Amino acid sequence: MEYEAVIGLETHVQLKTKSKMWCGCANEFGAPPNTNVCPVCLGLPGVLPVPNEEALRLTALAGLLLQGDIPRFAKFDRKNYFYPDMPKNYQITQYDQPSTINGQVEFELDGRLTRVRLTRAHLEEDVGKNFHFDRSSGVDFNRAGVPLLEIVSEPDLTSADMAYAYLNALKDILIYGGISDCDMEKGMVRCDVNVSVRPKGQKELGQKIEIKNMNSFSGARKALEYEIPRQIEVLQKGGKLVQETRRWNDVAGITESMRTKEMAHDYRYFPEPDLLPMVPTDAWLAEVRQRVVELPLARKQRFMRQYQLPVADAETFVNDVPLGSYYESIVAQTKSPKSVANWVINNLRAKLTETQTTLADLKFPATAIPELVGLVESGQISSKTAQEVFAETFATGESPAQVVQKKGLLQVSDTGAIEKFCDEAIAANPKSVEDFRAGKGAALNFLKGQVMKLSKGKANPARAGEILEQKLKG
Amino acid sequence: MLNRLTLTEVSAQLAQRKVSAREVMQACLDQIHRVDPKIHAFLSVNPEDALAQAEAADKARQPDATATHRPLLGVPIAIKDVLAVKNQPLSCGSKILGRYVSPYDATVIEKLKAAGAVVFGRLNMDEFAMGSSTENSAFIATRNPWDASRIPGGSSGGSAAAVVADECIASLGSDTGGSVRQPAALCGCVGLKPTYGRVSRYGLVAFASSLDQIGPLGKTVKDAALVLEAISGYDVRDATSIQQDVPAYAQTLNGDIKGLKLGLPKEYFVGGIDPEVNQAVRVAIQQLEKLGAELVEISLPHTDYAIATYYIIATAEASANLARFDGIRYGQRVAGADPIALYCQTRGAGFGPEVKRRILLGTYVLSSGYHDAYYLRAQKVRTLIRQDFLKAFEQVDLMVTPTMPTPAFKIGEKVDDPLQMYLSDIFTISCNLAGICGLSLPCGFSQNPKLPIGLQLLGKPLGEGILLNAAQAYEQSTAWHREKPVLG
Ligand SMILES: [Zn+2]
Repeated sequence: MEYEAVIGLETHVQLKTKSKMWCGCANEFGAPPNTNVCPVCLGLPGVLPVPNEEALRLTALAGLLLQGDIPRFAKFDRKNYFYPDMPKNYQITQYDQPSTINGQVEFELDGRLTRVRLTRAHLEEDVGKNFHFDRSSGVDFNRAGVPLLEIVSEPDLTSADMAYAYLNALKDILIYGGISDCDMEKGMVRCDVNVSVRPKGQKELGQKIEIKNMNSFSGARKALEYEIPRQIEVLQKGGKLVQETRRWNDVAGITESMRTKEMAHDYRYFPEPDLLPMVPTDAWLAEVRQRVVELPLARKQRFMRQYQLPVADAETFVNDVPLGSYYESIVAQTKSPKSVANWVINNLRAKLTETQTTLADLKFPATAIPELVGLVESGQISSKTAQEVFAETFATGESPAQVVQKKGLLQVSDTGAIEKFCDEAIAANPKSVEDFRAGKGAALNFLKGQVMKLSKGKANPARAGEILEQKLKG
Repeated sequence: MLNRLTLTEVSAQLAQRKVSAREVMQACLDQIHRVDPKIHAFLSVNPEDALAQAEAADKARQPDATATHRPLLGVPIAIKDVLAVKNQPLSCGSKILGRYVSPYDATVIEKLKAAGAVVFGRLNMDEFAMGSSTENSAFIATRNPWDASRIPGGSSGGSAAAVVADECIASLGSDTGGSVRQPAALCGCVGLKPTYGRVSRYGLVAFASSLDQIGPLGKTVKDAALVLEAISGYDVRDATSIQQDVPAYAQTLNGDIKGLKLGLPKEYFVGGIDPEVNQAVRVAIQQLEKLGAELVEISLPHTDYAIATYYIIATAEASANLARFDGIRYGQRVAGADPIALYCQTRGAGFGPEVKRRILLGTYVLSSGYHDAYYLRAQKVRTLIRQDFLKAFEQVDLMVTPTMPTPAFKIGEKVDDPLQMYLSDIFTISCNLAGICGLSLPCGFSQNPKLPIGLQLLGKPLGEGILLNAAQAYEQSTAWHREKPVLG
């Protein structure tokens, strides 16, 4: 019998805020233990949480970027359980009325557009970090109270590779939207996996098994690559799976049972009485909506469609957002968007790197690159000359036309003038003429080079080649 | 005998430089030395710190300042052991906090200090404010200044006893189901529970977050008004505090209650009230009528459900609020082989029986399978109770009821019967569920033994001004507030 996997993911990302969720402590990674702490995030007696406005805005923004809905009423709840890394022994989270619901993540998988639906994305607080020493344990509360967004997918995923692609796409969106830096090394993204298997074609879901403790996306993929065959094997051997939570052991490359359903926590959720419900107003939502950016996949597709760019160029403009935006700001002035893209990607980017400057430092006007492309395409300068012109334009800020004029670089396309250079070249190089007539095509290139030399590089090389060929064959 | 003065009197004498803040503080310390071994209102006092604050207040006084300018400057105000005061012990009447010292000031403490008050002492209370007699203190039972064999009420028993025994000029307590008003009634002083959100809860160790409010206890209504004015107001550190300006409560007291519509909730005047209490309250109501108030019978139909509703919501919130006392970061720790064992040992040894009972109750009502039947239903009933009040307040300006069905009972009388103990809060609890304001003030005494009886006035949300004005009109037309217990 053939089996299929049904996978849902719960992804936690730390929000990119200056301060923590309920207090003014810095939201920063890498500080010495217990230095970014205060009475509030340590849960000292008597303290109260005050919501971080930016975290609320980023949550709504994430909802919009993920094409979800922002309910007009949301609230915080307490999730009760004891653990040494939890200062209050309850976590403030959102249980049944989260700040965003629905949504989807779109991405390409094996060249096909794929879509995973989202159930919700809710805001909660991060916990501290336990450390175990020889004879004792310690807790670092620097991370306690950092705003955390939990993004819950529908069980729409079917393979380890799909899960991996989904996680990467999600990460790109969150980085793109300024929601989170998603730095794995710093633990800014974590995910839990829910996976079950069932015979292909069966409607009912199999026993749901949760896997925890993957600290990277590839860890999640590896865990699924292990877990899915494991579950199938159990069923094939006539065994039964039970609903349980398993831990991914990265060293051993296996999942291990943590607790079964009977041992599951009863979190005793109830509304957080220290916080008021959130009732976003139109004005507030409009402000958040202004921060919505185009998503990576949509941007890529649009660049390809609108400017007829190849995938590689579009991807360059997606990965380097400022460069892409610069391109868009100048491309309207040209009839050759591809050529302009080449100049921006190959020449401009190289120059910026070389001079360690940014687009903000550009001396030349926005018209320069389209103008340069125009000069080349109308045959007024050669593409080789264009390189020289661009270097000058980049350095001085003078327009390409000015540079061409100043330096007398205008290309000669006039047939009479070129003919004169051709005649001279033919006269001076009888050996090459002979070679050409004997069938050595390379000789033509040599003669063309001579024409260019005689014209001081101004002759239109294409025209020169044509005229030479006519004269030699004629 | 400066400690026997009211806050208003002390304030006037300080302003006129007839006395110094140091002298007033010293008088209170002397009184504590003399009577507290019997009353046990205080868990601890730091005399050096109190006197230093008093001296600083004396130095801060401007030569031409009047009492109305900074009425609390140099006035000793004692603090319930549930409020965080920087560098002072904070135990909440419990063993579990060990030798914990708060590293920060509660907002109300900051405000009192900014007003120049001398913030001193740790007042005894029922452990984590859970109780109605102060017998649940892990340390000692506070005595009623009128009869040392009786309870002072609770949970702010120390706060009420200290005011009545003249060990301080005024005090702060906290009121979750009557914990300020009930001891004020049983000891014979004024106690006020402000509207939920009127006073910031930042720095108040939470018992039941949606019910808790900090309130003043004082010798007169005006004294309570002066302290309320100082501690009220919006606080960015408390998301549930209300953004509304604080009126000049004390200045606007004028004793005029002509035409005031006074509601008598019929559900509160049924059986079970001690005859002397009943009589005293009836006479007080007649007095209010004589002063020009118009009596209106009203109904609060969901009153019968208040106690059950309260004990579900309060314990549910408490079960989470008290989870942080785990021995990991602060307080007493009893070691264990693993975290769970450590929690069990620490909490087993650190919490008293009533606290454990309420944590268990609260955990139970939130458990899956019971959550909807208990917690969710209680929330719905709470809404109905609040609506009862808001509807009644469309007809009346204030309500009047007894504060407590009986005068103070004997120490030990009800400790083995928690349900009987819970019923002591029957008249005070709804005020917290509805989030409105309430006040208790003396309205007479029982005959034999002579024990204070309290009158409760309930006001609309943010109606503290009207509440205080009516209370003061009554107070000034009677002499009850001048009666003092004879302390051995
Ligand atoms: Zn903090």
